[in-house]
Amino acid sequence: MFVSYKWLSEYVDLDGMPSKELAEKITRSGIEVEGVDMLGAGIKGVVIGHVLEKEQHPNADKLNVCQVDIGEEEPVQIVCGAPNVDKGQKVAVAKVGAVLPGNFKIKKAKLRGEASNGMICSLQELGIESKLVAKEYSEGIFVFPNDVTPGEDALLQLNLDDEVLELGLTPNRSDCLSMIGVAYEVAAILDKEVKLPEIEVEEAAERTEDWIKVSIEAKEDNPIYIARIVKDVKIGPSPLWMQARLMAEGIRPHNNVVDITNYILLEYGQPLHAFDYDRLGSKEIVVRRAQDGEQFVTLDNAERTLSSEHLLITNGKEGVALAGVMGGANSEVEADTTRVLIESAYFNGQRVRQASKDHGLRSEASARFEKGVDPNRLQAAADRAAQLMAQYAGGQVLAGSVVAGEIDLEPKVVSVTLEKLNRVLGTNLQAAEVEDIFRRLKFEVKTDNEEFIVTVPTRRGDITIAEDLVEEVARLYGYDHLPTTVPVGATYPGGLTDYQEKRRTVRRFLEGAGFNQAITYTLTSEKKSQEYALESREPIKLAMPMSEEHAYLRLSIIPQLLGVVSYNNARQIDSLALYEVGSVFLKESGAELPTEEEHLAGAITGLWEENLWQGENKAADFFVAKGVLEGLFAKLGLLERVAFKKAEIAGMHPGRTAAIELDGQEIGFVGQVHPQQAKDLDIKETYLFELKLSPLFTAETEAVTYEPIPRFPSITRDIALVVDTNVEAGKLEEIIKEAGGKLLKDVRVFDLYEGEHIEAGKKSIAFSLKYFDPEKTLTDEEVVKVHDGVLEALKEKAGAELRS
Amino acid sequence: MEQQLKELQTEALAKVEAAEDLKQLNDIRVAYVGKKGPITEVLKGMGKLSAEERPKMGALANEVRAAVASAIEAKQSALQQKAIQEQLEKETIDVTLPGRPVRTGNAHPLTKVVEEIEDLFISMGYSIAEGPEVETDYYNFEALNLPKGHPARDMQDSFYITEDILLRTHTSPVQARTMEKHEGRGPVKIICPGKVYRRDNDDATHSHQFTQIEGLAVDENISMGDLKGTLEVFAKKLFGEDREIRLRPSFFPFTEPSVEVDVSCMCGGKGCRICKETGWIEILGAGMVHPNVLEMAGFDSKKYTGFAFGMGPDRIAMLKYGIDDIRHFYTNDVRFLKQFSEHE
Ligand SMILES: [Zn+2]
Repeated sequence: MFVSYKWLSEYVDLDGMPSKELAEKITRSGIEVEGVDMLGAGIKGVVIGHVLEKEQHPNADKLNVCQVDIGEEEPVQIVCGAPNVDKGQKVAVAKVGAVLPGNFKIKKAKLRGEASNGMICSLQELGIESKLVAKEYSEGIFVFPNDVTPGEDALLQLNLDDEVLELGLTPNRSDCLSMIGVAYEVAAILDKEVKLPEIEVEEAAERTEDWIKVSIEAKEDNPIYIARIVKDVKIGPSPLWMQARLMAEGIRPHNNVVDITNYILLEYGQPLHAFDYDRLGSKEIVVRRAQDGEQFVTLDNAERTLSSEHLLITNGKEGVALAGVMGGANSEVEADTTRVLIESAYFNGQRVRQASKDHGLRSEASARFEKGVDPNRLQAAADRAAQLMAQYAGGQVLAGSVVAGEIDLEPKVVSVTLEKLNRVLGTNLQAAEVEDIFRRLKFEVKTDNEEFIVTVPTRRGDITIAEDLVEEVARLYGYDHLPTTVPVGATYPGGLTDYQEKRRTVRRFLEGAGFNQAITYTLTSEKKSQEYALESREPIKLAMPMSEEHAYLRLSIIPQLLGVVSYNNARQIDSLALYEVGSVFLKESGAELPTEEEHLAGAITGLWEENLWQGENKAADFFVAKGVLEGLFAKLGLLERVAFKKAEIAGMHPGRTAAIELDGQEIGFVGQVHPQQAKDLDIKETYLFELKLSPLFTAETEAVTYEPIPRFPSITRDIALVVDTNVEAGKLEEIIKEAGGKLLKDVRVFDLYEGEHIEAGKKSIAFSLKYFDPEKTLTDEEVVKVHDGVLEALKEKAGAELRS
Repeated sequence: MEQQLKELQTEALAKVEAAEDLKQLNDIRVAYVGKKGPITEVLKGMGKLSAEERPKMGALANEVRAAVASAIEAKQSALQQKAIQEQLEKETIDVTLPGRPVRTGNAHPLTKVVEEIEDLFISMGYSIAEGPEVETDYYNFEALNLPKGHPARDMQDSFYITEDILLRTHTSPVQARTMEKHEGRGPVKIICPGKVYRRDNDDATHSHQFTQIEGLAVDENISMGDLKGTLEVFAKKLFGEDREIRLRPSFFPFTEPSVEVDVSCMCGGKGCRICKETGWIEILGAGMVHPNVLEMAGFDSKKYTGFAFGMGPDRIAMLKYGIDDIRHFYTNDVRFLKQFSEHE
């Protein structure tokens, strides 16, 4: 909502308060002033001129040479290119020495040989937006009414010495979608009175009810409809001050009748519609729902197909206006209109919203109906419009209004106690202070035993419960005056849950290991939503996606991480280690909501260790990724319960991928991106993992207990085994552990060899075994006994021979 | 004999002096000081001496031995030092060459902001509550005083999956769910962080996915003053001790009264580009929990009051680090991510 400072000051005494200060006060009391626009800023030296003579420029077809009286001793000669300039017009003249917006200085000039001492201005040249300039002047200069005097300040005539406050209204404050509403708000803030416009309608003898009948078939959508008729109107421009105010508030002037309805819309917040009475096609108005498929041409000449969700104003047969949204082309007020029917009605907000949405017709009118207009202003708005049409369009107002239907005009009564006010605000207000705030708001209040019984005017439809009154008191009392405390009462420990702590542990571990955290989009394409899913489900689709790229909920994080790898690779960043923790979404048949499973995913590519000058670079590989995960499982106390098993997963390298099991349950995988996939994505060799977090975080773990530092030496035996190449190290380790029993403290692979020094189809793999007894120093005999058992088991179960 | 000993001494000292390494020195020791050395040889001839001279000669021989031994020792220590010196020289490195890099990664800037806020409120006795990102219309809107057809639903155009299921547009449904679990008994003090989704075209200031963190305190006698005080602690902790906050009345369907909260700008109120010359930066929305919301979650709104607040870590991170485009958070350019590795 735009608010003209000068216009506002007709309703409230602003005491000349600077607009910036006023804006700050309004903002601090609840309505954000988003900007203050100084109209005519940067303009100097523009006066009214009277075009005395106009002659064709001798050397240019499109130019005219004008003699213009600008209130000085001699007329000045101005060359003007506007197509509509003419002898006898009153126009805006930028004199020599004048400044126009953009610091455009007017100087003496010669145009094609003719002297030009100034410039005749269009409104656009005076800083008014093109869309606000009346159509007849949009391609040329603006022509003033004849009653202005040459030499007068043109800015004053155009109200360009005004300032406009732009209010950012929250949905509840639709009461401020009118100048009068804003006046009440400002009056409450400044503790002033509101001066409402005086309405005096001189009525003719003829009665409106003899000219028109109104009936409402859709009473829920349209509880009340008021019609007034003005005859003998003469369509022409509205007064300059009215045009100026409309433009200042963002509405383009048309003609006196239409401008008056718009003026009332701004003044009262009540949208009106003016019909050409003679073009209505009948002497009745019938308000009903449109039929499905009914055709209707709105006054923008668009043919629209209506539905039964739309409310239609008809002449009993066909539509004449789409209620609250736009009039019909058939009954539009035109230059030859002489009799006008003014509609002032209350239309249901949802009905109007539906129509404006379905037809893409959001307007000043529809916005107000959608939020609900003040039922107590319907009659006043109609009367005031009739009065102004008599005054500025020469019309005669028929006697009385035709009113169909009815609406509750009773104000609501809402109560709040002083105790509640003070309890909720934390204040110590006295009853008199509270009463004073209600008085400033012009709310009638009765106080009964510290309970305020408040009669809330219908203009403030947003106030319905005690808490709303608390807010009114708080905002006018001032939030700056509230005390600053913190909650007291029962104290109890806050903190993270075990799950949340573990999530942080995982994050810290990975960051410590060199991973950067990524956050990617949950929404993805159909294809990506299913790739790399740990559980294959039908992906969940949005009902109305904004794009194909963001249409499905992800089942895996990896596709998005691969996108990040690809993005970075394309920018010459080859070495990456990234992780993400986020949810994937599993559709559950029978359940209302999907299961949201939190996953950890990671991607590593390029160099894992980089030490340029020492030449010790280590490329990321499967074992780097696996090592990170092993470290992570160790951190969570679960390493012993995790197993890596060779697995084939779509999109992964079939020979370099392992499924990860926790206590025998599969919880994720680690491996290399399939080279074909890497090629398709244009990424370098990349290693990935994705895990479900919940099984890791909810697995029962033993509490950490102290283990004595070994007091006895351990004995280490290294063995090199020759086995078939397909025998997995994990299998051998399993055998060693089983046979090693309690004395075997640790077993580690320390060498792997395949090649010329070994039989084809075989490999050599070396283990280091550590034997230890916490109770005593082990003897050689004891170790030999166990160790021989280990070797025997290896031979028996894996065909492993000691390498000679 | 005396002459012989003196000559031996001179000879030995000269050899010691000339020794070039520890081995030569050791040979000298064996040769001169050892039991089979020339001094012992000389002393064997002592039988020919008078009883008077014998002890004198013995003493002299000891002197010679001692002198040679001490010379050897001195030389040995000199040689050892020289050896160490040589080793040190050989081992000298260019200390200005770069060290072996330690891999480090870091949290996403949004996580950093969220964790900082979480930790602050944990220290004030709050717990962290989380909930689903796919929500029912009931928890996302209706339980928050936004019935179907409410005009404020326009404020947050949403991604629906079915008529009743959507991607949450704020983390407030977690508040509704948590209150419900408390079955009408206070106190409730929670912080709800998480991803939220709105139908916005992605550009420098809009993202269809972003982050939100909300707080809720419900108890008997929670006041607006408590809200103000809590947010003041928050603003000072997150933005600096010298920052102030101000409350401006506003509107949210789930709170009444509702306020927008501004924090004073780092320009100190002089006005700058960031605060659009106002000296204040809007950082969060807040208010007293609407009685309808309390009642729907099973709390007696006559007995209980509460405050709630919500903010966008994306916006806060943008302000805090001077980031000009919200899309950076979700593009994950490593050159961007790595800028947030330092401890603050
Ligand atoms: Zn600033």
